[in-house]
Amino acid sequence: MKNIFQKIEQANLVGRGGANFSTAAKWEMVKNAKGEKKYVVCNASEGEPGVRKDRYILENHAGRVVDGMLVALEYLWADEGYLYLNHDYQDLRRKLDEAIGEHDFIKVFFKPESAGYIGGEESGCLNVLEGKRAEPRLKPPFPPTCGLWGQPTLINNVETFYDVSLVKSGEYKYSRFYTIDGDCVWHGVYEYPETATIEEILKKTKNYPDFPFFVQVGGAASGTVLNSKQLKQPAIGAGSIRIYSTAKRDPEKIITEWIEFFYRESCGQCTPCREGTYRLKEVLESGEPDWKLFADLLGNLKESSFCGLGAAAPVAVMSYIENVLSKDKNLSERLKEMVKAVNN
Amino acid sequence: MLKINGKEIEFITGENVWHAAKRAGFFIPGLCSHPDFSVKANCRVCVVEIEGRKNLAASCSTETQDGMVIMTETERVQRSRNLNLEMIFAEHVERCPTCVWRFNCKLLEYAGRYKIRINTLKDRKSNRPVYRFANAVEIDSSQCIDCRNCVDACSKLQKINYLEIKGKGRHQEVCPTEDKAKDCIYCGQCAVHCPVSATQEQTHWEEVEMEMKNEKKIVVAQFAPSIRVSIGEEFGLPYGEVVTGQLVGGLKQLGFDYVFDVNFAADITAVVEAEELAERIKDRTTQSHPSPLPAQRDHERKQNGGNNALPMFTASCPAWIKYVEFYRPDLIPNLTASRSPQVHGGGIVKTYWAKKMNIDPKRIVVVSIMPCTSKKFEADRPEMVIIGGFPVDYVLTTRELAFMLKKNRIDLAKLKAGQADSPFGEHTGAAAIYGASGGVMESALRTAADWLKKKGEKINLEIKAVRGLEGVKEAEIAVSQTRLRALAINGIGNVDYLLANMDKYDYVEVMACPGGCIGGGGQPIPTTPEIRRKRDEALHEIDKGKKKRMAHENEEVLKVKRWLEEEGLAEEVLYTKHKKRK
Repeated sequence: MKNIFQKIEQANLVGRGGANFSTAAKWEMVKNAKGEKKYVVCNASEGEPGVRKDRYILENHAGRVVDGMLVALEYLWADEGYLYLNHDYQDLRRKLDEAIGEHDFIKVFFKPESAGYIGGEESGCLNVLEGKRAEPRLKPPFPPTCGLWGQPTLINNVETFYDVSLVKSGEYKYSRFYTIDGDCVWHGVYEYPETATIEEILKKTKNYPDFPFFVQVGGAASGTVLNSKQLKQPAIGAGSIRIYSTAKRDPEKIITEWIEFFYRESCGQCTPCREGTYRLKEVLESGEPDWKLFADLLGNLKESSFCGLGAAAPVAVMSYIENVLSKDKNLSERLKEMVKAVNN
Repeated sequence: MLKINGKEIEFITGENVWHAAKRAGFFIPGLCSHPDFSVKANCRVCVVEIEGRKNLAASCSTETQDGMVIMTETERVQRSRNLNLEMIFAEHVERCPTCVWRFNCKLLEYAGRYKIRINTLKDRKSNRPVYRFANAVEIDSSQCIDCRNCVDACSKLQKINYLEIKGKGRHQEVCPTEDKAKDCIYCGQCAVHCPVSATQEQTHWEEVEMEMKNEKKIVVAQFAPSIRVSIGEEFGLPYGEVVTGQLVGGLKQLGFDYVFDVNFAADITAVVEAEELAERIKDRTTQSHPSPLPAQRDHERKQNGGNNALPMFTASCPAWIKYVEFYRPDLIPNLTASRSPQVHGGGIVKTYWAKKMNIDPKRIVVVSIMPCTSKKFEADRPEMVIIGGFPVDYVLTTRELAFMLKKNRIDLAKLKAGQADSPFGEHTGAAAIYGASGGVMESALRTAADWLKKKGEKINLEIKAVRGLEGVKEAEIAVSQTRLRALAINGIGNVDYLLANMDKYDYVEVMACPGGCIGGGGQPIPTTPEIRRKRDEALHEIDKGKKKRMAHENEEVLKVKRWLEEEGLAEEVLYTKHKKRK
């Protein structure tokens, strides 16, 4: 039998948490790292709105996920595993305990509610496991060399471990899970080839709208907004598609929702995110908004945030303005000014 | 090779962009970094553009790579950096007119340098509270820029863990812990690491100014051993420059009626502590030395259960005393009963000197200039009261004094040297090193060794093993038949070693601040490892240059001490008690 590492390499597995990092490369880094102990963490915090595939996988394939973790633990000679779960997934506890069975070196850990969005960022998740504030760590060092309690740590998404298990048994078929929701009928989690385009997925699930719409792909908070002509590409990131009916949605309300999400969830560590999201909200609430400041704050989040989540915070608003609002000829004066400032 | 703003410089492995830019002659601003801590990279004011990177990079947390092309002043950099600064300004409610940090303020400096208005955005922390710790330190949350240096100082450096971050996102706030098992020791390391003076000493310069305006009062300044090697920095002089004369001149120009050097009192402290040490050691070795303690004192000591606890701890650092009283009250017997130099000094001024000058002690106001925030707490301890009231009425930090001088347009660097007032102007080399880690111990050891030695025996005055900035230092000194095992700790974060190895030592010095008083919580900002080293070296230079290097060689000291004993004042002026604190 072929070495599991070679199989993963051949299958070109990439992380399903959203960053698409090569799974083999990550495993190799942990394998080569030196430490007194090694850890394997399965990240099931699933804090991004609009993504529910991790929950779906745990509900239906808990055994596969645990099997994937066991493969990693064995390959890396790791000591302990953690199943790091979203606070709202407590009802899965029994199912997971059963899947873990006698392998008591895999522990189930429920992320406290207060850990929030940032508690899902990989180094933030390590901090939470260690009982510290849910904040991302400075990188480098990266978790593969210096992770949980300073030891080499493999952190992969639920779906990645599921894929590993399939690769091991030769059943991996280059497919992945997509969460679909929003202004459509057939909400749910679906499995399709990883090369499927957004358009194909919407059509196959009978969700392709017959009204003017746009979509948000890869998460309903940090995902990119695309107009209906941009759908001949695969769904990126965490593989979620949210459909928005143009007629039903008030642009400023959507923007406010995105901004308020990051305003609520910012961990507060760095200036651009802690202060920036607060000031963005302030601009939106203002009767005479300073749209230039608004545009600068968005750009600054991307340019100078401490962590990837901060840098991704303006993606939704900026892509919405670029791909949707800029093409809309019927905008109010207020929105026109906003679009103009952001496009400058 | 690296290229920074078009200038090529050599690539050095492991260097960060900030240091490389500095080497190339380019300034990059920054607020949250400090050499005492690992990089936090949270202020995002030091961002730069690196060719080939999608986003800007924080120069403090980005290591250079060979061939890297870096730009520190592009439009992208300016836009992000200035916006981050504007948002930081709006976290900090400006209280410039009365702020001791006004002349050093980086926020004001950056606002000027980059032509940014400090009030573009509305202040968002106006309603935040002020947390006060005794009369020593405070955190004004309405000025905090969330850099977290104070928390690093309290937890990582000092391991006291009294300060915590509460709340998330924009609600976060540095607060004292609710854990009753922890308490502030007033060391002020939070304050000396704060870039914007949100965490700072509780100031008393306003009160001192009022006292100086009162014609009925005689206002006396006394300055600590370590001030002379640090305050020059505030006036652009090199680190560690000795400015004793200018300091005296500056204090007189400010309006103090008399200026005394605490070094004189440090000689007293060294003698008092050495006596007690010799006593405790004597009990251990059962050798028959004549007791150097005054008869009354010796009798009392024996009555109190003959406090022979060893090792004996120095007690010149009030933060260390607070640590023992709060965290390890079982070790209170180990603390020397001797008061500290500032309290000795104030006590002598209000007794001996008052009598000699024929002044009513109630008219005398003693103001200590200290490198320290916990000295404010010490001066206020009720146990310190003597016949004339408190020995010390006010304590100002080095920073407060520098502020007062600058406010009155007195440039210390340009002042003519003055002479501290007699009879307390003379001091030995032993006193000079009181401000350095190991110095209190070395001073007392010199005197104790001289007393314990056999006739004709030569003793070593240079106890080099306890010098320097290492956190834990030990030495063994052989005197006559006695072996003295000494330990010096600086930085309360290193105290665990002592607590685990008590039985190995006879005499232990603990200074709560890294480097001792030269790194004190009231010292000029910045105080870094390099700066501490220069101040430390300067103090040892003063010692080296002194003919008399043992405290008991100071005849004036012996005279004052004798006078106190004859007047029956020795007990209250020279000794104190410690108590368990909750």
